[in-house]
Amino acid sequence: MTAPTAIELAAAIRSGERTAADVVDAYLAIIDEQEPAVHAFNVVTADRARAAATEVDRAIAAGEPVGPLAGVPIAVKDNLCTDGVPTTCSSKILEGWIPPYDATVVSRLAAAGAVTVGKTNLDEFAMGSSTENSAFGPTHNPVDLSRVPGGSSGGSAAAVAAGFAPLSLGSDTGGSIRQPAAFCGVVGVKPTYGLVSRYGLIAFASSLDQVGPFATTVADAALLLEVIAGHDPADATSIPQPAPSISEHLDDGVAGLRVGLISELMGAGIDPDVAARVREAADALAAAGAIVEEVSVPAVTYGLSAYYLIAPAEASSNLARFDGVRYGLRVDAPTTNEMMVATRTAGFGPEVKRRIMLGTYALSAGYYDAFYGQAQKVRTLIARDFATAYERFDVLLSPTTPTTAFALGAIEDPLTMYLNDTCTIPTNLAGDCAASVPFGSDAQGLPVGVQVLAPALGEVPMFRAAAAIEAAAPPRSDGSTGKDAS
Amino acid sequence: MPSHISRDDVAHVAKLARLSLDDSELDTFTAQLAAILDHAEDVEALDLADVPPTSHPYPLVNVLRPDVAGSTLAPDAALAGAPQAEEGRFRVPTILGEAP
Repeated sequence: MTAPTAIELAAAIRSGERTAADVVDAYLAIIDEQEPAVHAFNVVTADRARAAATEVDRAIAAGEPVGPLAGVPIAVKDNLCTDGVPTTCSSKILEGWIPPYDATVVSRLAAAGAVTVGKTNLDEFAMGSSTENSAFGPTHNPVDLSRVPGGSSGGSAAAVAAGFAPLSLGSDTGGSIRQPAAFCGVVGVKPTYGLVSRYGLIAFASSLDQVGPFATTVADAALLLEVIAGHDPADATSIPQPAPSISEHLDDGVAGLRVGLISELMGAGIDPDVAARVREAADALAAAGAIVEEVSVPAVTYGLSAYYLIAPAEASSNLARFDGVRYGLRVDAPTTNEMMVATRTAGFGPEVKRRIMLGTYALSAGYYDAFYGQAQKVRTLIARDFATAYERFDVLLSPTTPTTAFALGAIEDPLTMYLNDTCTIPTNLAGDCAASVPFGSDAQGLPVGVQVLAPALGEVPMFRAAAAIEAAAPPRSDGSTGKDAS
Repeated sequence: MPSHISRDDVAHVAKLARLSLDDSELDTFTAQLAAILDHAEDVEALDLADVPPTSHPYPLVNVLRPDVAGSTLAPDAALAGAPQAEEGRFRVPTILGEAP
């Protein structure tokens, strides 16, 4: 049986066909049964979820207006602040911390009637591509429990793939929504920088971070993005305009849409099965009336190097706030400086320490120009090359990831792990939007994600192409379970 | 061989970042950071003298809000997550060598 979509659930609850209380109980039962094997969550907030569902049912019974996600369960990445619910970033340094306020996106979910069922696991402070960097243990990919779900939003991707909720929120700094979406066979969207408020998102790299949706369908992802998008005065980098209308364009089709297949991301380092699925997706768009050509975006090949100087530099500054004074862990020591050193040394895991040190080095006197300054100039090159491509194309196409999901523990070398982000990083550096859409599988039955890229505020053409790819997607070959994913 | 960053560099950077590393961690991190910085040689080698840097996707300048009083976090709420608080303030150990 295929699980209902968020849109179907919302309609059933609004019409009185189902109650929100019954719906949330059904999802909590699936979580109870399968969460021990998946470990998608840092915390399941069952009591709060039931109370929120009861309130939705009361409002509907009373004839009060309810939001577009009324009664729909959702999982929220554990780097988004939730008033009264622990928020850890999967780090020992924040273990047990309870935020005194909600992130703007969390408030908007509540206003839309969504029912949060829990906080999802991530690579510590969103630094990683496998969710193995969580201080609380890895998440397992529901498609194949011996494999990683990707990261850093691995818990959010796994929660949707496992059927723990039809929707979830993640954050994407260099691919942390799209890569796990591809690995778990679900839809994941990195919105245009500034489209979704970052207020209450615990910062990793502030010029790159963006909150976005996971869903089982493109239409569900569009609806969730509409709910969370739009100007927020609490975030100075929020684009001062209302949320775009996306859903109404999903059926517009792709006739005449100009689609460029990025040459640099189709060759060396890309698994042949993955590249083959992307070409098939491109062919499907052409068959649906799109104009598809290959295009060169040369500077994307420098994205990885630039990103791993810029993101750690920003992280080294952002994570200076974790010093044992205002929140989280404190390891006692005789002086404040010694306390800060002891706290940070005990509280941060190895990947976080690695990036803090890398960023501190890239920003330090004597190296600033060679590393950080040079990386910022490369960022300009990448933005320019994308802008040139978007003069000729409405959207671009590439693989989301070079490979399908790898086995837990298979990649120990940090640089090898970073290569996972090759196809996704350039979009963050440019501030553009991109989505990963499931499209078939590799020879082992593991899901493949096709990435649709669009210029800043190009969400409408991006979603139109994504919907067409979804409509043409072959079913995933029956490699393993995945029974609750739809 | 590590071409970019020495063991002493890593020790220095760790000190700046308020992190304490033991000898084996220093060895591991030095090799890993060197490999990452070696990979960045492709970027280091580019001639970008005429290219302006981009620090942010959008050229935002002086984002202001109306000068109207709003609600802010109550002091008790702000202090609720602190490891130690006293008299409405965050409490820390000795600083600057003073007696507590």
